[in-house]
Amino acid sequence: MEAFAQWLAGTSFSHGVQRTLWLIPVLQSIHILGIAVVLSSVAMIELRIVGVVKSQTMIQTAHRFLPWLWAGLILLAATGILLIVGEPKRSLPNPAFQLKMLMLALALAVALAFRASLRPNTTFWTRSSNARRLTNALAILAFLLWCAIAVAGRWIAYIRVE
Amino acid sequence: MSWGAESGAGVQSVMTFLKWLESTQLAEFIRESEWAFPAVESVHVIALALVVGTIAIVDLRLLGLASTSRSYAELSREVLPWTWASFAFAAISGSLMFVSQPVGYFGNSAFRIKILLLCLAGINMLVFQFLTGRGAARWRPEDAVPLSGKIAASLSLAFWITVVFLGRWIGFTMTPA
Repeated sequence: MEAFAQWLAGTSFSHGVQRTLWLIPVLQSIHILGIAVVLSSVAMIELRIVGVVKSQTMIQTAHRFLPWLWAGLILLAATGILLIVGEPKRSLPNPAFQLKMLMLALALAVALAFRASLRPNTTFWTRSSNARRLTNALAILAFLLWCAIAVAGRWIAYIRVE
Repeated sequence: MSWGAESGAGVQSVMTFLKWLESTQLAEFIRESEWAFPAVESVHVIALALVVGTIAIVDLRLLGLASTSRSYAELSREVLPWTWASFAFAAISGSLMFVSQPVGYFGNSAFRIKILLLCLAGINMLVFQFLTGRGAARWRPEDAVPLSGKIAASLSLAFWITVVFLGRWIGFTMTPA
């Protein structure tokens, strides 16, 4: 990882990103807008799962916000990759970055499992049972996981790696 | 540090207040602590993401670009309470960041423009709430949103997106304490 970061930092593309002073803050700002899309979409879906908000069905809510979740994640990946290319040694060997990627993999798995669970169980979301309560707890945990990913991202700036 | 055309007793007393604020124990703690500023900043990022994202949900409905099967009134009733709750967290965490270096933030152009745009976003919201969008509770899902509503939504999106950019810019232009 160190060697890869070293090599990436030496490429001319990386130099270009580093030299363009306004590019890093602009990419970070777009990254934050991506976080806004993802966190808000996740929040709306989780609020529906928990049942705080229920004027729409689970399926309607998922159809409204899942495409935005994926689009937001693509925007985050694109800006995130450019930020890594610009400052590879700041992120790749950084424990905060590595933890962030680990949590991201877990959050993505949860999101995909949620999407897979939507189709066969349309009545599940209107029933009340222990399984529902477990789902509610999972929904809250999933939201906190996405928040933790954002926090780990901010922490990359504060953990010095030499 | 140059304050341009601003001078006189008003600015003097503001500076006295900011210097006092900077000398408080709270300010010192946030400045000196290893974790306090990043922790407050993390809360700020999550809160502002929810503010901007949930406002965008409502704005996109007004523009007819998303949630078009739902009435504006029902959607905003469901979404906006979360916007306000998130805004409270963003305002508190933002104030704590400001307190850590009040003189520095006050002199930062990106900070000043950001506060100005926040005020404009607030005025835009009030104008829509109490003047141009007063009849919104009666709009049915299939009704077209009047032009004034679309203008308010466009302005809102523009203000908030710019606020995000300016906020990040502050981090790059502030000189560390």
